[in-house]
Amino acid sequence: MSIEIKTTSVEPIRNTYSNIKRRFGDKPATRYQEASFDIEAVTNFHYKPLWDPEHMLNDPTRTCIRMADWHSVTDPRQFYYGAYVQNRAKMQEATEHSYSFCDKRGLITRLPEDLQETLLRFLVPLRHVELGANMNNSGVAGDCIAGTVTQMHIYQAMDRLGAGQYLSRIALIIDGGTGDALDRSKTYWMDDALWQPMRRLVEDTLVIKDWFELSLTQNLIIDGLMYPLMYEAFDQWLDEQGAADVSMLTEFMRDWSKETVRWVDAMVKTVMAENEANAVQLQAWVEHWEPRAYEALAPLADESMGRDALDTVRAQFATRLKKLGLTSQGVQA
Amino acid sequence: MATNKKKLSLKDKYQYLTRDMAWEPSYQSKKDIFPQEDFEGIKITDWDKWEDPFRLTMDAYWKYQAEKEKKLYAIFDAFAQNNGHQNISDARYVNALKLFLTGVSPLEYGAFQGYSRVGRQFSGAGARTACQMQAIDELRHVQTQIHAMSHYNKHFNGLHDFAHMHDRIWFLSVPKSFFDDARSAGPFEFLTAISFSFEYVLTNLLFVPFMSGAAYNGDMATVTFGFSAQSDEARHMTLGLEVIKFMLEQHEDNVPIIQHWIDKWFWRGYRLLSLVSMMMDYMLPNKVMSWKDAWEVYYEQNGGALFKDLERYGIRPPKYQDEANKGKEHISHQLWATFYQYCQATNFHTWIPSEEEMNWLSEQYPDTFDQYYRPRFEHWQALQEKGERFYNNTLPQLCQVCQVPALFTEPDDPTKLSHRSLEHEGERYHFCSDGCCDIFKYEPDKYIQAWLPVHQIYQGNCEGADVETVVTKYYHIDAGRDNFEYLGSPDHKRWQAIKGQKPDESQAAKPKNAA
Amino acid sequence: MSQLAFIVFQDNDNARYIVEAIAQDNPHAEVQHQPALIRIQAEKRLVINRATVEEKIGREWDVQEMLLDVISIGGNVDEDEDHFILEWKN
Repeated sequence: MSIEIKTTSVEPIRNTYSNIKRRFGDKPATRYQEASFDIEAVTNFHYKPLWDPEHMLNDPTRTCIRMADWHSVTDPRQFYYGAYVQNRAKMQEATEHSYSFCDKRGLITRLPEDLQETLLRFLVPLRHVELGANMNNSGVAGDCIAGTVTQMHIYQAMDRLGAGQYLSRIALIIDGGTGDALDRSKTYWMDDALWQPMRRLVEDTLVIKDWFELSLTQNLIIDGLMYPLMYEAFDQWLDEQGAADVSMLTEFMRDWSKETVRWVDAMVKTVMAENEANAVQLQAWVEHWEPRAYEALAPLADESMGRDALDTVRAQFATRLKKLGLTSQGVQA
Repeated sequence: MATNKKKLSLKDKYQYLTRDMAWEPSYQSKKDIFPQEDFEGIKITDWDKWEDPFRLTMDAYWKYQAEKEKKLYAIFDAFAQNNGHQNISDARYVNALKLFLTGVSPLEYGAFQGYSRVGRQFSGAGARTACQMQAIDELRHVQTQIHAMSHYNKHFNGLHDFAHMHDRIWFLSVPKSFFDDARSAGPFEFLTAISFSFEYVLTNLLFVPFMSGAAYNGDMATVTFGFSAQSDEARHMTLGLEVIKFMLEQHEDNVPIIQHWIDKWFWRGYRLLSLVSMMMDYMLPNKVMSWKDAWEVYYEQNGGALFKDLERYGIRPPKYQDEANKGKEHISHQLWATFYQYCQATNFHTWIPSEEEMNWLSEQYPDTFDQYYRPRFEHWQALQEKGERFYNNTLPQLCQVCQVPALFTEPDDPTKLSHRSLEHEGERYHFCSDGCCDIFKYEPDKYIQAWLPVHQIYQGNCEGADVETVVTKYYHIDAGRDNFEYLGSPDHKRWQAIKGQKPDESQAAKPKNAA
Repeated sequence: MSQLAFIVFQDNDNARYIVEAIAQDNPHAEVQHQPALIRIQAEKRLVINRATVEEKIGREWDVQEMLLDVISIGGNVDEDEDHFILEWKN
């Protein structure tokens, strides 16, 4: 008899939290589900923000995009914090290996000086673009709603900080850890005509108020053109110049980009499918920002790989957009 | 590319890897990029003076955090597989977890949102980076807490709808309004409120005793997430102190603003922590230390050292510190007595302390417990033994600021309820103390907006006018399972089954025999 | 008035070596063992030296590794490659 009591007392009395049960049915839930859905406050807020009295805290109208439930935007990677950091820890371990290998073997410092300068002029200033992307995604994480959406943006923000730090380390390898090369690289970003359209674009994104417009502009449009151009095409061009080893130092960015495209596309697809007004708005934003991103990258392409490389990237991006139900102007599809 | 310059020190290198990625904008104005930086009146003359509170680059962050997470989830898995909930001291303990998951975990999420925002808003990139790292840490905390409690939720009641409850249940408006208050403030006040006043000054009172309590009560999952989270807290505390020093050093005009914020957030935090006081003194079957002792060690001693250090900036200890110090003798008893009467409307159970526990309280509180509080508990116990367990069906009056029901007494007269009120634009507002009344007077336009649960029920905004409807329909409290007296509750019966004890209905009135 | 600088560690194997090193470098420090944690406190100032920890632990040790096991601190922090100092300055 007592054994029977013990057995039943081990049986769970419920499978998961009530909110998860309401969404997914009465069955055991994944860690991603329990950690991501409905964890955010939705009602009965006490005070209007002093910094934005037009809106409430967690206000869904901080973007003009309308979703019945933002939790329908989910992460195909199913990243909750623990899964995220463990994934990135693996990536950083591999990256660390490459960086210390390059550093120890002098793979970068043995490159001709003009090629080293090319890295400082074309590649390393991307660290500033990464910082802009870091700020934008942190801002989106603070403004957007629903745990499934907010968490993807803070992961993205931290990833961009990390990418910027890796790019900075390329210069520190070049200058032997003094910071000289970083200083020089920064002057390109600030003053070289090559970078001014991009710097203008990044600064313009820093004043975008609508968080979805910002996420779309940064994570889909700018990254959608910049990553293939600067980490694929430019990488290939460096190879042709005899700097194939640099590739080891940008592997993180390529792997990261491949992974990131999946959640960005999933988000855009879901928002597009929700209603016609969303689809129209997204198309309008693409029409506004895609040419800006193209123009910002044009000088970089012109002075290295040539414009064709950028046009190829743009055409590929147009195909990606098309799958999402969006069209980009300027490319004959 | 040979240079004569020296290799960078750790500190300079970190600056190159963080703030040096930022630049002086020229295509957009700083004011448009950082529109929230000025309105609070804090003057920053030189962000370069910002001292990074810790120097963690993202690669190191990922590495260390992944290591922590790996350990943590291994323990969660082991805990669930081995039905670790059966090894806790007593099922009454789980009620502390219910309070934690509904009251604290949602605040971690609010902190994540708040730090994400300020992590974008400061024009100093060093400060932004530190805030962003705290943002993602806070996300970690809410998620690991949900995962740690996931197993308990499968075996006990009251945990099952924590976020829904956090938005609605009357006493949870105490923590919720606290965090809404901080999040709705400007970026500098937010950091003063959360990084400094809460994380640096008060958080030890929440986490350290709570986690030691978990350790003493056999709750491995909670100990583990708690300590793992606390290892992030050391970074957060450093940020809290650095940000205060930075603001104070930047401009003398900042001093009075910050002093006001310290006064406000100390008191707000103190009121919030009264919930922790009751948890420590009444909800842990195996006691670690009394609230009074914890207050002395973690506030009076630490806070004393801290505020002495800050004297050099013209900062004095929080205005109502003395009242808080006096309150250490009383608040846990006053809170528990209130929750004892109102647990028909809470997601956790309450009970009369056992004889042994009351003796412990007498020892810990020789000047107050026997004199003011034991008689009340013994009176209720007598009623309970007669089968007349007391529930108070009158809705309490809430303080307009901290939202705790009117239950605190005058600092110098424990027999007299403390009550303040004032009229503002033709309406009368009520407060628990001078501390809360002061806070209101300084920003009446903010605090008149408060969503007071009792008012909302009277105004018909909670899906019903009677307590039972509100509790079940609006709060999602599963009546008869989540709420009411612990003795005889389904949690209690289940625990008896786990321990092979015969469920005895008559025990429902005899707390001495509990556990 | 007494001003205690302090650091609290989880009571685990990593921490034991660090605590040993702290005790050696800070003769005025008091080590307290509490449920699941170790607290070390000292009047005004507490120093953790990388060199001493490395001596105890018998391998290279990065000051930041400490972040894995620290639960709480009291005092102004001064951290570099070689040490971690907690101090009240007034």
